[in-house]
Amino acid sequence: MTTNEALVKYCLRLGDSSLILGQRMAAWCSNGPVLEEDIALSNIGLDLFGQARTMLTYVGEIEGKGRTENDLAFKRLEREFYNTLLSERPNGHFGDTVVRNLLHSAYTYHLYTALKDSSNETIAAFASKSLKEITYHLRHSAEWVVRLGDGTEESHNKAQVSLNEIWEYTDDLFTMNEVDDLLIKENVAVDLNNIKSLWSNTINEILERATLSRPEDSFMQAGSLNGMHSEVLGHLLAEMQFLPRAYPDANW
Amino acid sequence: MEDVKKLEAFQAKIDAEIKIEPKDWMPEDYRKHLQRQISQHAHSEIIGMQPEGNWLLRAPSLRAKVVLLAKIQDEAGHGLYLYSAAETLGKSRTEYLEELRTAKAKYSSIFNYPTLTWADMGAVGWLVDGAAIVNQVSLQRTSYGPYARGMVKICKEESFHQRQGYEIIADMARGSEAQKEMAQDALNRFWWPSIMMFGPHDSDSPNTGNAVKWKIKRATNDELRQSFIDKTVHQAEIIGLTIPDPDLKWNEAKGHYDFGKMDWDEFWRVVKGGGPCSKQRLKHYNDAHENGKWVREAAKAYSDKQLTKEKVA
Amino acid sequence: MSEITDSQGPIWEVFIQSKPGLAHKHVGNLHATDEEMALQNARDLYTRRQEGTCIWVVPFEAITSSTPEDDESFFEPNNDKAYRTPTHYVMPEGAKHI
Repeated sequence: MTTNEALVKYCLRLGDSSLILGQRMAAWCSNGPVLEEDIALSNIGLDLFGQARTMLTYVGEIEGKGRTENDLAFKRLEREFYNTLLSERPNGHFGDTVVRNLLHSAYTYHLYTALKDSSNETIAAFASKSLKEITYHLRHSAEWVVRLGDGTEESHNKAQVSLNEIWEYTDDLFTMNEVDDLLIKENVAVDLNNIKSLWSNTINEILERATLSRPEDSFMQAGSLNGMHSEVLGHLLAEMQFLPRAYPDANW
Repeated sequence: MEDVKKLEAFQAKIDAEIKIEPKDWMPEDYRKHLQRQISQHAHSEIIGMQPEGNWLLRAPSLRAKVVLLAKIQDEAGHGLYLYSAAETLGKSRTEYLEELRTAKAKYSSIFNYPTLTWADMGAVGWLVDGAAIVNQVSLQRTSYGPYARGMVKICKEESFHQRQGYEIIADMARGSEAQKEMAQDALNRFWWPSIMMFGPHDSDSPNTGNAVKWKIKRATNDELRQSFIDKTVHQAEIIGLTIPDPDLKWNEAKGHYDFGKMDWDEFWRVVKGGGPCSKQRLKHYNDAHENGKWVREAAKAYSDKQLTKEKVA
Repeated sequence: MSEITDSQGPIWEVFIQSKPGLAHKHVGNLHATDEEMALQNARDLYTRRQEGTCIWVVPFEAITSSTPEDDESFFEPNNDKAYRTPTHYVMPEGAKHI
């Protein structure tokens, strides 16, 4: 594997995670618990799509196959996506969504904080800009997890179940392979073991405020590094990619 | 006697173009008319999120997706500004939403039509938002202060909405054969419902009298409709689409387009809940409201706990 | 109608400072159940187009307003006091910088 091939894969992880989570957030449109929240969830989606566009455009440039952001978003197949397994988890109810978003935004918060110092200027600039957005996403989801955890008995129980059920997808965030080895040497990427301990502290702090208990690490899912996803991703892509696939020659 | 004096003073203010503010005295009918009109307008923004939301996850490019999301988000915001203006008339948002939920309140019938293809995103932005903007620009001068202020803000933010739709349909109209067909089909389906958005003819519109006298409405249904048609015909021509009205013809003497008869039977049927998506739209809203109940309760319980903690501390 | 339970939470009035050095200006209101939520909602609702650099949220209940009944006694007594404005004063011809 060349450094460039590794860089392409690494940037796809970043871009795809934002894209897929963005698509999930867009599905909240007109479904929020109050009007104000509908607007907030859309804002998060817009930030994520913006991040995805930056990264996918960059991937198009460095891979040298003449692909655009849209080719990469709409013309790749399930096994060619490298988004985190967590980002594709279905929205479920509002509690499922804010718990997922908390776990994911705490991860990208620490990841982007570290990537601000990446030797790759595009990644550093991307991290720096995205961090501002993610800081808000983290605050938004954390406050909601606290409200639900420390709200009514019903909301507490629901949030705890959401957390328990999604927990097995968190380890996948921190898995590394030869892509990481190569890029860490070049100071492009960062060691995800360090990110994991920072993430862990943030999550513990918020769960304590929310009076929720951190689930035990038992069976943990993995696979995103190899494009191994859960079944839900195929459905998400089928919907998202419908028009460009039905009319391959059309411009929109 | 006192009321007669108050009414005279009220009308004098309206005639002098002085805005009415929430704490000012106002005739009960003025308050009721505004409660109904502003909340209907707010409900329309909220229900209006659905037909466009129907294509959000299937937008054909990332740019189209963010633009559409930002636009639908604005609609939620505009619904919110409007509820906020309506609340100054002594009724809470909860009460207005309850009227929506129980189908006591109406919203614009246009949203009871389905969005069947991506071209409908073009037609909705171009025609539906276009018609709404004509109405809203006129309402910036409405006599009730909070409503007028809301309209000013909404018009400013909506200036990109119609362009977004027109861009979509224009791109499709010069695209592949399949795209052209979709564009024309969307125009065919949305044209008549769009021009009926302005409501019945002035001669059949019982509410127009007081609403004009009180300057709630600054132009009549027919005036607004004519102005919309006059500016839209040319826009259809330059992208090569045909407005589905054989009677549409420039009238040199009037300086306006003449146009064909609208199907008011259909209009009233849809207003009364007989639109293709009437049940679906309301159910969608009610489901979201129901699904959010435990979340709203949690937020309230959390806030109550914090207040208790503050008191103890 | 008044018997239905409130589902939206209390109203907060929102004030935005559009850039440093300017006063906070009232821009509208929103519903929220706690102050952090009010602040976040204000950010999401009223600053999407770079409208602000600082946000205040104030519970509507905390605001005391004058009423139309106060108008005459509050504001009209100042109608005849033009001496509070500079144009009331006659300056000698040719006087500058005053």
